Amino acid sequence: MKEILVLSGKGGTGKTTLTASFAHLSKGCVIADCDVDAPDLHLLLRPRIEEREEFQSGVMAAVMEERCTGCGICEGLCRFDAIKVNDVAKVDEFSCEGCGVCAYFCKEQAILLKDRECGYFFRSSTRFGTLCHAELKPGEENSGKLVAHVKEKARKTCQEEGTGLLIVDGPPGIGCPVIASFSGVNYVVIVTEPTGSGLHDLERVISLSRHFKVPSSVVINKWDLNREMSKEIEKRCMELEAEFLGRIDFDENVVRALLEGKAITEFKDCKVSKSVANIWLKIQKKIQGGKSEPRKQ
Amino acid sequence: MKIAVASGKGGTGKTSVAVALTLSLNGDVTFIDCDVEEPNAHIFINPEITSKRDFYLEVPEIDEKRCNFCGKCREICRFNAIVSFKRTIMAFKDMCHSCGGCFLVCDQKAISPGKRLVGEILHGQGKGIDFFMGRLRVGEAMSSPLIKELKKEALSEKNGFFVLDAPPGTSCPVIKTVRDVDYVILVTEPTPFGLYDLSLAVKTIGELSIPMGVVINKAGLGIDDEIRNWCRKNHLRVLMEIPFSREIASSYSKGQSLVHADEGLKEKFLMLVKEISG
Amino acid sequence: MKIAISAKGTELDSTVDPRFGRASYFIIVDSDSGRILDVIDNSSGKEAPHGAGINAAALVAERGVDVVLTGRVGPKAFSVLSAGGIKVVSEMEGTVKEALERFLKEKPQYSKGPNGDGHFSG
Repeated sequence: MKEILVLSGKGGTGKTTLTASFAHLSKGCVIADCDVDAPDLHLLLRPRIEEREEFQSGVMAAVMEERCTGCGICEGLCRFDAIKVNDVAKVDEFSCEGCGVCAYFCKEQAILLKDRECGYFFRSSTRFGTLCHAELKPGEENSGKLVAHVKEKARKTCQEEGTGLLIVDGPPGIGCPVIASFSGVNYVVIVTEPTGSGLHDLERVISLSRHFKVPSSVVINKWDLNREMSKEIEKRCMELEAEFLGRIDFDENVVRALLEGKAITEFKDCKVSKSVANIWLKIQKKIQGGKSEPRKQ
Repeated sequence: MKIAVASGKGGTGKTSVAVALTLSLNGDVTFIDCDVEEPNAHIFINPEITSKRDFYLEVPEIDEKRCNFCGKCREICRFNAIVSFKRTIMAFKDMCHSCGGCFLVCDQKAISPGKRLVGEILHGQGKGIDFFMGRLRVGEAMSSPLIKELKKEALSEKNGFFVLDAPPGTSCPVIKTVRDVDYVILVTEPTPFGLYDLSLAVKTIGELSIPMGVVINKAGLGIDDEIRNWCRKNHLRVLMEIPFSREIASSYSKGQSLVHADEGLKEKFLMLVKEISG
Repeated sequence: MKIAISAKGTELDSTVDPRFGRASYFIIVDSDSGRILDVIDNSSGKEAPHGAGINAAALVAERGVDVVLTGRVGPKAFSVLSAGGIKVVSEMEGTVKEALERFLKEKPQYSKGPNGDGHFSG
């Protein structure tokens, strides 16, 4: 099985739009949406949910009010300002880190640590293939654990269906969730835009791919908004030995496709659609060329 | 007055709006870039940085000679930052959340406060703006403590006008940023992505009961009516619409502010401020 | 010699779990007799949001193990194992029995450092 990871560093560069297009052009794949902070892929793929399960990670404090005497020890010890005592102690669930110090020192044993319900995991069917995705509850954070979980489900789905290609819409940034998204990946596609911060993030993501010994490649989206910066980015790609896959025009058709809930490649006669198709051809050649050894499972 | 500018999704123009709003006020305003993972407001404000300091978290430093290997610190640590087995004990500073539990349970005085660099806090002035930003150390996973410290420093003068640029998304660092502000401006774009991510942000900030309103950026580009209707249904004021223009998109990519591309926006931002402080 | 092998099950025929920190079980075998001495259930440890490797390494070290056979070990787990004087052979595959035989017959080199990256990447 081959696995492609689409990353961007900064949000809003067109990563999701491109992921959907690749899924369309692949004519048969499993898709994993690991961009759990802004899980927008479903808006383009319009999935029918087949499977839903709750997802937990870590713990948080819960006060058994009938036992609490309001002594205030917990409030004094909490370094996260997450517990306040009026008559009884009250936990601020947004601030609680689940360290358990309050529970440990409560003389009345009035504080429990309960599992933290972070959100939901889904498996759905779409017109391009099965989609594995997740949704977080307000204030909860994407984590390496959740990314690993979504990817594991997606891989299992590939095996069950006998699908040979997994396309992963990666998380933004370069933190723990991104690192977790690299496992088992054969090829990384980085979508960037021609801005100073775009270039900065691109460099960080390329260095991460090198660290994991996964070949990386770059697409500049909306390249014509700043041609000079685009040139500079292409130059940096050469220097960093990342393959340059191509440029995509700034085009309002992209928004139109989005409004219709379509991948841009489903719009036949538009220039962007052709650029993306060319980029996909290059990617296909790369991953079928067998040059890139997958990272060991 | 403290106003936070947030958005569910990255790339909607949150920083552009925060900066333009700040520049419209003609000085006497403090800008706080709380997007510590990817701070980039300074590109548009271009301040002269006058002070810079490192920020550390308190983490355990273990003195093996004093340790009696009772295992209490390992037991209380829920983040696997301390391990002990047989007559070995180790602390992993970068796993630590600085809850202080290990210091409290050690009765051998074997744990003393060490430190881990989380990031830095920069302060400066530019374009008549008092400017603060936090920058997370690359490889550091916890941004919330840095945001908390940054706010403490920048908001130490109680009076005045403050604009806080929040991180994207709806997770913990966003909540740390918008906590105890007077108003949250949510920036969205008229696309299904924009609307969906706006709905997530409204859900999160709604739980904190902070008044909020919406700025539609790149207006005229798509489902403007749908966004307006959604806002009406959810009792959210649409404070302003910034029309989409290629010039603005292009000048943004060159590090220029919205109000640089369109002078007329200044007046509109002033009206906006009047509206939300009234 | 006491050897711990990360495994997906509890038997000698179980598959080697390639991830050290997030392995389901550790099977501890006596290399002289080839018999299972102990099975450590790591099912709760592997669900930790962070630091599963550290925890797993301590579990193994507590049992007085001499060698660990596994797929990949992250940097933190490796340092805990080293502190416990435990040697590591990584890149092991197949069943627990096969890994054990390979270790005893081929005497592969001990790892000089971690070969995983932590963060669930294993």
